[in-house]
Amino acid sequence: MDHTASTEDTRPFFAPQGKGGLSSWIFSTDHKRIGLLYLSLILLMFAAATVLGIILKLKLMTPGSTLLTPQQYNAMFTLHGVIMIFMVVIPSIPASFGNIFLPIQIGANDVSFPRLNNFSWWLYVLGALLALTSIFTGNGPPDTGWTFYVPFSERTTTNVSVAVIAVFVLGFSSILTGLNFITTIHRLRAPGMTWRKLPLFVWSLYATGWIQVLATPILGITALLIFSERVLHLGLFDPGKGGDPLLYQHLFWIYSHPAVYIMILPAMGVISEIIPVFSRKPIFGYNMIAFSSLAIAFAGSLVWAHHMFTSGMSDTAVLVFSFLTFVVAIPSAIKVFNWLSTMYRGSISLDPPLLFSLGFIFMFSIGGLTGLVLGSAGTNIHVHDTYFVVAHFHYVIFGGTGLGMFAAMHYWFPKIFGRMYDHGRAAWSFWLILLGMNVLYFPMFIMGLQGMPRRYYDYLPQYAPMQMVSTWGSWFLAAGLILMFYNLYRGSRYGPRATKNHWGGATLEWTLPSPLPHEAFHGDPEAPEPYDFKGVNPDG
Amino acid sequence: MTDTHSPTQSHDGGQDHGPLSYRFLTLIWAGLMCLTAITVAVAKVDLGDMNVIVALAVASAKASLVIFFFMHLKYENWAIKSMVLTAFVILAIAIGLTFVDVGYRY
Amino acid sequence: MAELAPTLVHKDYHASKMGMWLFLFTEILLFGGLFLLYATYRAKFPQAFHAGGQTLDVFIGGLNTVVLITSSLTVALSITALRRGELARCLWLLAFTVACAGAFMVNKIIEWSAKFHHGLVPGSEHMAGLPQGQSIFYGLYFAMTGLHGVHIVIGASVLLWVMLLIKQGKVTGQDYVVLENAGLYWHIVDLVWIYLFPLFYLIS
Repeated sequence: MDHTASTEDTRPFFAPQGKGGLSSWIFSTDHKRIGLLYLSLILLMFAAATVLGIILKLKLMTPGSTLLTPQQYNAMFTLHGVIMIFMVVIPSIPASFGNIFLPIQIGANDVSFPRLNNFSWWLYVLGALLALTSIFTGNGPPDTGWTFYVPFSERTTTNVSVAVIAVFVLGFSSILTGLNFITTIHRLRAPGMTWRKLPLFVWSLYATGWIQVLATPILGITALLIFSERVLHLGLFDPGKGGDPLLYQHLFWIYSHPAVYIMILPAMGVISEIIPVFSRKPIFGYNMIAFSSLAIAFAGSLVWAHHMFTSGMSDTAVLVFSFLTFVVAIPSAIKVFNWLSTMYRGSISLDPPLLFSLGFIFMFSIGGLTGLVLGSAGTNIHVHDTYFVVAHFHYVIFGGTGLGMFAAMHYWFPKIFGRMYDHGRAAWSFWLILLGMNVLYFPMFIMGLQGMPRRYYDYLPQYAPMQMVSTWGSWFLAAGLILMFYNLYRGSRYGPRATKNHWGGATLEWTLPSPLPHEAFHGDPEAPEPYDFKGVNPDG
Repeated sequence: MTDTHSPTQSHDGGQDHGPLSYRFLTLIWAGLMCLTAITVAVAKVDLGDMNVIVALAVASAKASLVIFFFMHLKYENWAIKSMVLTAFVILAIAIGLTFVDVGYRY
Repeated sequence: MAELAPTLVHKDYHASKMGMWLFLFTEILLFGGLFLLYATYRAKFPQAFHAGGQTLDVFIGGLNTVVLITSSLTVALSITALRRGELARCLWLLAFTVACAGAFMVNKIIEWSAKFHHGLVPGSEHMAGLPQGQSIFYGLYFAMTGLHGVHIVIGASVLLWVMLLIKQGKVTGQDYVVLENAGLYWHIVDLVWIYLFPLFYLIS
């Protein structure tokens, strides 16, 4: 095939193609454009749900009936959870950076099913619109919490029906992304790109894809069951008819626990990419990190009922699931150990991507360790459904995946936009975000241990000081986020031009121009050792 | 350019073997009919707890015929085969671990 | 060489097949959730499930089993026919498959109508008055056979679409993965029924 290079080849992938215009974006089958389409909506949803969070914290700043009615409060924390989980964190890294960089890192020019890829984005749009519809129609947005527990979700007059359809559609979008990635990794690796040479980001997306494909359908059936309970009154979870509400919880968590590994694995993959580059040292224990991604995916499917220790399950189940939960902590700990070992005696550059990665390790470690407190059945009884849980998952999801996402943004920014942001401002935004996160969420551990229940509209005066401190933390965090996004925005428009390999990475994306061109490879690229920096140097 | 990645006539089976003959497929169908007759017949006999086990065993035998021959899994590469196994294992785990709760309630 | 907004549609037979199998796993897990409910409730209410099973017509259920298994045969045969260049035979086999789907749905409608006629409608007073566990049986019956019926309709529609593609020459004896994948979907529909039949109709 004739691969004559023309001037078109080197133009950025976001430069107008053909007739250009909106339809060349929203109907694009180019994985890079689809990645940006996802990124823009994900960030929009993140902004919306963050505002909800700020308002919630504002309401909780002082005890008493302030700012919101109880109904509004319930609806707001439900929406905050639904948007964050299904529209932000689950797609976050895979749909954006996964789409853009997975094919490139394996030496391919796109994913296996480019049209399906575009379709998955449209499903995301449909799901988001349906969720939006549930807010403004019927009796208002759901007030059940994002977990939609029966019997309340069957009986509440709020718009649960539309919301669960939205969840079903969003789940479908996630499934198709995972399906696409699994096939792509199996089928489109460049010659010489063996499994052992895959960047660890790719390994993490592979493991994540499997969870997306195998776990999400259970969410699908759970959503359909809530819908049919409300509309058809099948009565499958109705104790009066012999139904068991706990079976709903089993079905719900059989997806939703593996879902947290969908959330964290890609972020861990990003960290595994960044740490070696900014330590100028090969990753320690490549095989174990790759294996641990698969191990986490598998083991993560065995532990779901640790969300149900106090629900009325059998003691045997409590014992078994608590034990299994300790097992799943092991591969995560292996990763943390390997990242730190990589940095040991490396040549460290404290650039923004590394800052955010170190923040990830710090926040994820705290969140992970508190996960052991929750996973241990005895202590769980004391802290279940308290603020301790809220703190735990915000540490791992926001401090973990959130910082991982920000790390990815700061790492791959020059490659996508062809410009560089201000490093100093980025560092300031990182520290402000880190401070904000800890001031916001750490008091919640203490309040939880002291017995403050979660999802409560009001609280006893003894918790007031910590609640106030926590709310201040939300403002520092918001300030940090605004600074960070402002800095990135400025950089994308007015920043200095970026070179091909500003950071000195050894994976294939750093052999391509910045910004990425329409078509990455003409012919098959040679598969590099992804963490071998001999002869690879930052050029900017 | 990407066609170089698509080994449609590849080394690992797939398209290389010919289609299954009409005769062979009909034989599989006959086997499925027999198994259906067997399962209906056995259901009329009271074997206590064994009824559901036998029913599931026969259903699984039928399912195997469908999966391996009608769905061609016997002739696919090991990657697809292990994926199919993985999916069923995950389902089995989900049901099995749920029974650790449901089966041990008071 | 960049075209106007090019779609990289490289034809990769193995990728198409792998992608289809991955999608089928989602169907298996989707129904799997319902099978999980069935398993746990049956263990809890063996008597009620037995009583419920007795009200289901083994003949219609068995007939539907025969119909679906035969339809799986004909769709498998249609692939062989296409690969051998026997287009007319292929299309007749596919038409027969779709007809089987129709027959199945007719039987289903007859069955369900009979149930509704006896007051066995989800949410009805009659259902509410049933002994514990029995309305769960019927709830699962409607949920599982209902979801299955939806998939019969989807599968038949897909097969009709593939028939059109074959007539248009877009699916051929050399490039038949679309037919194979449609067949795979149809077999999953058959597979689900292979388990539904004994679990609902043959509880003795």
